[in-house]
Amino acid sequence: MDFMVFQYPMISVQACLDGVLLGILFALIAYGMALQWGVMNIINIAQGDLVILGGYIAYFMYLYGIHPAWGVIVAPVVMYFVGIAIYKLVINKVVDRDLFISILATFGISILFMQLMNFAFGADVVLANSDYGTTMLFNNNVVLPNSKIFSAFISILFAVCLVIYMKKSKLGRAIRATAQNARAAKILGVDTEKVYAATFGINAALCGVAGALISITFTIHPYMGLPYTIRSFMIVIVAGLGNLPGVAMSGMGLGVFEEFADYILGTEFRIGSVFLLLVLILVYRRFKLSRKREYLK
Amino acid sequence: MSISKNNLILYIGILTFGIAAPFLFPAFKVQLSILCVLIVLATTWNIQGGEMGYNSFGNILFYGLGMYLCASVQVGMFFPLAEWTESGGEKTFVHTPTQFFQGMAFGLLVAAFVPAIVAGLIGYSILGLRGHYFAICTLGLGVAAGEISGGIEIIGAGQGFTTPPFPDVGSLDSRGEFFYFLSFFVLVLTFITVRGIYSTRFKLILNAIRDNEDKAEAMGIETMKYKIVGWMISAFFCGLAGGIMGGLVGYIDSTDVAFDGREMGVFMVLMAILGGKGTLWGPIIGATVFHIFKEGFWTFFLGWQYVALGVLIVVIVIYFPEGIMGWLREKYPERFGEVVDEKDRKAQVELK
Repeated sequence: MDFMVFQYPMISVQACLDGVLLGILFALIAYGMALQWGVMNIINIAQGDLVILGGYIAYFMYLYGIHPAWGVIVAPVVMYFVGIAIYKLVINKVVDRDLFISILATFGISILFMQLMNFAFGADVVLANSDYGTTMLFNNNVVLPNSKIFSAFISILFAVCLVIYMKKSKLGRAIRATAQNARAAKILGVDTEKVYAATFGINAALCGVAGALISITFTIHPYMGLPYTIRSFMIVIVAGLGNLPGVAMSGMGLGVFEEFADYILGTEFRIGSVFLLLVLILVYRRFKLSRKREYLK
Repeated sequence: MSISKNNLILYIGILTFGIAAPFLFPAFKVQLSILCVLIVLATTWNIQGGEMGYNSFGNILFYGLGMYLCASVQVGMFFPLAEWTESGGEKTFVHTPTQFFQGMAFGLLVAAFVPAIVAGLIGYSILGLRGHYFAICTLGLGVAAGEISGGIEIIGAGQGFTTPPFPDVGSLDSRGEFFYFLSFFVLVLTFITVRGIYSTRFKLILNAIRDNEDKAEAMGIETMKYKIVGWMISAFFCGLAGGIMGGLVGYIDSTDVAFDGREMGVFMVLMAILGGKGTLWGPIIGATVFHIFKEGFWTFFLGWQYVALGVLIVVIVIYFPEGIMGWLREKYPERFGEVVDEKDRKAQVELK
């Protein structure tokens, strides 16, 4: 336990700013999760592994001398097709089955991806260096890497574009209609199979963007996927499906929580505290809901 | 609990085979012990996943807890635990045979009862969750336990915990035989308990919870009580299995051996589904088939095992969700005591 963070206010400011910038990234991943959960009623455990795969795409561009920031454009395109492929091979067989089947099937995909990435890219922790420098704030007391600001900006940009696309385009309308009532949408001539595939592809593309940004700002490693899945799941259950401002807020909240847990408990408990927070949130939610159920009785 | 004549012969046959196995296949003693542990894990997972409909990824929590507890008690009874883990195990302290077996016995007792109590304590909060919330919550519990235990110094933190080595009691084979008979004994104990449960009203209540929990509650069953008791039984045997496995492996690491959600935690789910969940024999058959397949694959395709595991999970879940027992049941419904109306079946075939 280390309470230095409360004695020096500047460290708190640093943790808050870091957390908010990190949280925006989490919110982007969670948005993808909320999308597929709402439309297809699937919880994708492989979400985090898609993120890491997107990160490796940017990392590879960096290795070949291209600036990794271009990964933000390349990764979603590649990941869109990866997503479509996963949908065609596995997900379309589990869409209308019970949720546990989809959880287990995507767990299998997650293990598969983890290991394939381990073979392909090695088990080292890697980072794509963007050379963006840092910004100093408050008399040089708070240090913010520009790459984090860049990543938060790009995340917001993608999220806004997607929201507009969902509102205005034909496919976006079809996706929203399917989310509301798949049967009715089918009757009215929406090709739900195509909508599902596109949804999963868009989700994978979002993961790709987030992954590319993570490879610039933080580090990636083949086995780091599951925490991202859990974070996005947590954000979605706190915010609720289809509540975009809520997703953004709870994402930032989670980011700040993590930074403070990092300072107070130590880095070795960081992931552990995320998972514990998930358990606590679920338990809290259960007691709140059970009170509601008793009212109904 | 009544046993028919055919079943009695079957049980006696299996029991004889189980006792004779280490002498028939002396090279496979460790593998056979692991098989026993796997069967225990699959069978106890089946109490939640199969009979109760609560698909838990978190039984690994009790397994890992049992493993750490058993080893800690075994060491802590005779030597200072912190110094043991500091020095990396056996270098400074040596258990005499009496100390080792006493420690093991007490360790297993603690490893069985503490997880069961933990399950009882957290059960009220966790088992109130439904469906996928329960699945993800238990997944989180397992991973959190692994991450947190990896940061605790007294049980070895990141560098791991060496369990007491088997003492020198004469012959070289005695270690394998000891652990085999220990795990086989736990397996028999588990089987008798589970079979006992499955022939009582308790099983029917669990099935009622699986089929429609709200309706079961409306019928006046205190579902929460039964869910917690079911989970405690699982935790009891998972803890025992973990304690044995810790001694067998000889080394405990927080995320790779004890709270190994990526391997053991998935294995127990997979084995139960492969064999057919919601049946008595399904998990046993599933675990045996899975273990044979796994050992073959692990040996011949070293390095690709996780790829194979991932593909296997996807294939089993998508194409084979009913498992071996489910397939048999569809093929020979008469053997499972189901009466098939030929006319009805034909009519259905025509409809298709």
